Amino acid sequence: MLDSLISISFLIQSLRISIPYALPALGATFSERSGVINIALEGILLISAFATTLGTFLTTDPLIGIICGVFSGLLVGLLHSIITITFKADQIVSGIALNLFAVGITKFLCQLIFNSSSNSSRIVGLEQWNILPNLPFINNPFLIGTLILILYLNYVLFKTRFGLRLRAVGEQPVAAETLGVSVIKMRYYGVLISGALTGLGGAWLALDQHSFTDGMTAGRGFIALAAMIVGKWKPLGAAAACLLFGFAESLSFSFQSISHAAQFIQIIPYVTTMIVLAGFIGRATPPASDGIPYEKENL
Amino acid sequence: MNNKLKIIFYNFTSSLIALILSFLIGGFLIIFIGINPLIVYTRFISDTLGSTYGIGQVLFRATPLIFTGLAAGISFRSGLFNVGAEGQLKIGMFATALSGVYLGDLPSIILIPLCLSTGMLAGGIWGAIPGILKAKYGAHEVINTIMMNFIATALISYLIINDFAVPATVHTPEISENAKIGRLDIFFSTLRGSPVNASLFIALLTCIVIYLILWKTPIGYELRTLGLNPYAALYGGINTSRQTIVALTLSGAVAGLVGSNFIMGYKHYYELGFADGIGFIGIAVALLAKNHPIGIIFTAIFFGTLDYGSLAINTIVPKELSNILQAIVIICMIIITKLTSRWILDRQKKLSITQNA
Repeated sequence: MLDSLISISFLIQSLRISIPYALPALGATFSERSGVINIALEGILLISAFATTLGTFLTTDPLIGIICGVFSGLLVGLLHSIITITFKADQIVSGIALNLFAVGITKFLCQLIFNSSSNSSRIVGLEQWNILPNLPFINNPFLIGTLILILYLNYVLFKTRFGLRLRAVGEQPVAAETLGVSVIKMRYYGVLISGALTGLGGAWLALDQHSFTDGMTAGRGFIALAAMIVGKWKPLGAAAACLLFGFAESLSFSFQSISHAAQFIQIIPYVTTMIVLAGFIGRATPPASDGIPYEKENL
Repeated sequence: MNNKLKIIFYNFTSSLIALILSFLIGGFLIIFIGINPLIVYTRFISDTLGSTYGIGQVLFRATPLIFTGLAAGISFRSGLFNVGAEGQLKIGMFATALSGVYLGDLPSIILIPLCLSTGMLAGGIWGAIPGILKAKYGAHEVINTIMMNFIATALISYLIINDFAVPATVHTPEISENAKIGRLDIFFSTLRGSPVNASLFIALLTCIVIYLILWKTPIGYELRTLGLNPYAALYGGINTSRQTIVALTLSGAVAGLVGSNFIMGYKHYYELGFADGIGFIGIAVALLAKNHPIGIIFTAIFFGTLDYGSLAINTIVPKELSNILQAIVIICMIIITKLTSRWILDRQKKLSITQNA
């Protein structure tokens, strides 16, 4: 048992599982730091996984697929922005609606294009991109890219002027606006970044599985949201939480063969999140204006 | 026109505009795939509201939505956001099914209320946990109710697979005859074949009870005050922590009644994956009804129509159109509500300016 825990393949499996958590979790961090709750992550993952599958299927080029995935993520992010930032409608309801929309539109298009509402045709994956074939996965550009993104985005959020402004509109939008920062614009950036990153996560899901199946995201968007909270709204923290969750999930696969308790390991992310939110492990304080639409009239 | 009537009129008009707009957008989507939307919509209406069988199907699908709509509505009225009806109704249905199976020897007169109560109790507990976490530790109920949804799914799948399933299936044994609720086609032969059952009356009764609780009791007064202005509620001497727990518990308990329809009135067992998504659509049901318990009856019927209608048109367009339409309705709804409320505010401002001048 212990051998299987410390083996390389176990570690690789954990990392592999963490990627589609980490990318949306990074995205969620940017969105919520700017003051917009984005629970549409689940739907964006699903839509972008479908877009990636479609793009790759039509061109047999995974790069085009990834671009389609990111673009579709941006598009849904834009929709969420228009609804919640421009029209100032409820962010959570908008997220729920977009998730519902994602389930419908992906099945709808899957039926029209692949003649089955539950799964697509098989597509090529990223195997051809491996530079060193004898080192499986580690040399996968997605893994390396995600690691770089985590570090870079942490730098952007905490060390650049853009990051400072983004955080400012999520904490004290009125103060930020007074200093000449456009709250609306920064919030659009926040949500669009989350859309693009989540789109990248969806692209990875589709390319890793070599197809689209309905509901294939299986709550990953929500786990990402949980990871962001456990990581206290910080890119590095969120990434660490994703790794923890990936590790737990990997563990549940190992346990599946010897016991029936796999479901209990599955709930680790959710229970951890609730404990952290309740303040039992440090304090989890969201950005002060997280979830509150910005209305100029209230000035 | 007095003020109250005016508000009802505005709410009704804004809901209507949202609906028309959504069907227009849906129509464009149907045109986009090369089909005449008029054919689709005509078929949609004739197969749902055009026959007694269709009406029975619609009412059957509206019943659980009344419960989840009420669940969402109660929390909204109290200024809270219960996204956990999904988990609460699953836990509730599971509890209802188990009571119906294992206490099956009891006579109907005891067993039926007991099954309903265990459903409410289980759903209520599932709602109370995020309520307590919110009241005691300030933990946001939205995230916690979402987390509780996943925990419910995992817990039930563990219990079903390991302990309660009929071998080689993922459903519980059938509940006892004494726990079953009759279908309405026993009384109304024109509904023959449609699964609408007496749980519809339980749903309607629940609407009235919730209406009375919210508007005619001190608890309801405190809940609504909490929803309108939590600071004023606190200042006015309302125990806001306790009312937060009460609101989410009540909300969860109502969601826990969904089992009366699916378990006691229809399938007679609980199966993994039952009623998926009903909790989320309940949020839309409540929003469209402006969180009014009586309005929820009508909006639930609307979403029930959408649900069954999409099956009816499945031969022309993929049935997933219904999810898309539901999403568009919600989005149009929240945007238009926001716009009308701003419009009303602006008008009032202008009015007061002219009056002052």
